[in-house]
Amino acid sequence: MTAALSTTSHVSARYLMAFARQPYYIASTLLQPVIWLLLFGHAFQDIVQIPGFSSSNYISFLTPGVVMMTSLFSNGWSGMGYVLDIERGILDRFLVTPVIRGALISGELIYSALLTAIQTVIILALGWVSGAAFHSALGLVLCVVAALLLGTAFASFSNALALLLRSQQAIIASSFLVLPLAFLSVTFLPRALLPEWIRTISSYNPVDWAVQVARDSLGGSPDWAYIELHLGMLAVLAVICAWLSTRAFRAYQRSV
Amino acid sequence: MAKSTLDAPPGSVASTEAPAIDAQELTKTYRGGTRALDGLTFRVAPGTVFALLGPNGAGKSTAVKILTTLSRPDSGEAQVAGTDVLRCPDRVRRLIGVVSQKSTVDPEATGRENLRLQGQLYQMSGADLAARVSALIERFNLGQVADKIVKTYSGGTERKLNVAVGLVHRPQVLFLDEPTTGLDPEARAEMWREITRLAADEGVTVLLTTHYMEEADRLSNQVAIMDKGRVVVQGTAEQLKSELHGDAVVVQLADQVAPEQVLAAIDQLTAVLHEPSIDRRLLRARVDSGASALPAVLAALDSAGLNVSSASVLRPSLDDVYLRYTGRTFASNEEDPQ
Repeated sequence: MTAALSTTSHVSARYLMAFARQPYYIASTLLQPVIWLLLFGHAFQDIVQIPGFSSSNYISFLTPGVVMMTSLFSNGWSGMGYVLDIERGILDRFLVTPVIRGALISGELIYSALLTAIQTVIILALGWVSGAAFHSALGLVLCVVAALLLGTAFASFSNALALLLRSQQAIIASSFLVLPLAFLSVTFLPRALLPEWIRTISSYNPVDWAVQVARDSLGGSPDWAYIELHLGMLAVLAVICAWLSTRAFRAYQRSV
Repeated sequence: MAKSTLDAPPGSVASTEAPAIDAQELTKTYRGGTRALDGLTFRVAPGTVFALLGPNGAGKSTAVKILTTLSRPDSGEAQVAGTDVLRCPDRVRRLIGVVSQKSTVDPEATGRENLRLQGQLYQMSGADLAARVSALIERFNLGQVADKIVKTYSGGTERKLNVAVGLVHRPQVLFLDEPTTGLDPEARAEMWREITRLAADEGVTVLLTTHYMEEADRLSNQVAIMDKGRVVVQGTAEQLKSELHGDAVVVQLADQVAPEQVLAAIDQLTAVLHEPSIDRRLLRARVDSGASALPAVLAALDSAGLNVSSASVLRPSLDDVYLRYTGRTFASNEEDPQ
C-alpha cells in the first residue's frame, strides 16, 4: 500500500514538473476563464434584468459555470499525456517495470485534480474580485468538490480515449464537447429561461449537475437535498469513468 | 557470477547453471494474421552477450516484448533469470532491464529526473537511489547535461541517457533492442564499448537484437539468426562462419544484366564455384580458394562480354551465413521488408 502511494506521488510529481515548465500552457489555462468572466460576464451583465432570471448579479451567477467549463477544458486535455507517452514509448517503459499499474493511473488523476483545484480557487478569487457574492465557505468547498468530480470523470474519459485510439486528434476533438455541454445546461442561463428541450436534456447532463450544485451551495438558500443527490451522482459518474479508463488501460496492455 | 562464466567457453551453457534466458517454442500471431513468432527457441548463458540477428520483420522486437513481459505469446514458454515470464511477470520485471530501439526517456524532464523516476518505479529511494543516479550520470558522461531538460540533448546524448535509465535498478538481464540503430559511428563505438563492459565487468547477461551483421559479430558470444519468427541457426560468430568452408568471391558488374546471362557466363565453372547467387549487379559465390578461382571467374565474365567494376575475395561473413540459411541476402531483405 505504501508502495502504491509513494509511486502515485512520484507519478504526479512528474506531471507537475512538466506542467510547471510550460509557462504558455499555464497562461492559456487561465486565459479562458478570464475571458469568460471578465469579457463575457460584463458584456452580458444586464441579462439578469430579463424577467424570470434567478439572480441579480450575473458574475455571481456565471462564476460556478466558468469553474466547471475550465475544469472540463483542462481535464479534457488529460489524455494528451497518455498519447504522448505512448508515442514516445514511455508508457511501455513503465510497463516493463514492476510499478503497480493503478499507481500510473491514479498518479495522473491526482495531478489533474490538483490542477483543477488550483484553477478553481483562482477563478473563484477572480469572480470575487469582479463583484461576485459567495454566501458561505462551505459553498466554496462544495464548488471545488463538484469541479473535481466532474473533472475526474472527464479526465478519465479523455484517458480512455487516448489509450484506445492513441491519437492526438481524438483528444483535440473531445475538447469540442465542452461548449455544447455547457450550452445544454444552466451554465449561462437559469433553468426557467432555457427552452423546454434543453431543460429536458440538461437534467441528464453532468455539467448541469455540477454547475447547479456549485451555484446552489454558493447562494443564500441552498437546496441541500438537490446538492447531496447530485454530488452523489457526480461521484458515481467519476468512479464509472475511472473504471472505464482502467479497462482501456488493460486493453492497451493486451494490444502491445 | 562473472568469474564462473569467464572461465567457461563463451556462450556455452554450463550444465549446472540455469540459462539466463530460456525461450521455448514461442509463437505469436498478430491480429490481421501476421505471424511474428513461429516456434522461437533459444537459450542464453548467464553473463554473455547474445545477439538475435535478423532483418526488420523477422520477429526480434516481438521476442523482446514477450521476454520482457510486455506482451504474451499465443503458445510456448519462457524463463528469464530462472523465473517464468508468464506466471511471475512481476518478479521477472525486477530482474530485467529494457532499453528499446528508440529513446523512451521523458523529453520534458531533466536527465536526473528521468533516472530518479525510473529508480522510484522499482521502489528505490533515499541515499541508495541518489548514489546510483550520480554513478550512472558519471559513467555515461552526462554530468554537463544531467540537470537540463532532455529536449535540449543531442541524439547521441539522449541515447546514452536511455541506456542509463535501463540500468538504474542494476538488472541481471539486459534487453537491448537495436541499441545503435541511427547512431553516428562515434556514438555507436561508444555504445559497443559500454555493452562489452557491462557483460565483462558486471556479469550482466545481455540480449541484443540487431540488424547489423558487424554488431552481432563484434559484440556477441553467441549469435542466433532469426528468419520468419524462428531461429534458423545459432552459434558463435566464428563457428557460423567456419561452417561455410572456403572463401567468398564477390564480383560487381559494371552494368545490370539479366541474372541468367551472368549464370550462363560462368556455367563452365560449376566445379569451382559453389552456390552462386546474383543480386542486382553483385555476383557472389563460395570457392575453396579465392586466389585461384578469381582469375577464372574474371576471364569467363570477360569472354561473355560482361564488364566488371570490382572484384574481391572475402573470408565468409555473417552475411554469407544468413544467405546460406535463408536463401536471401541480408541487404535485399532490408530494402524490401516483408
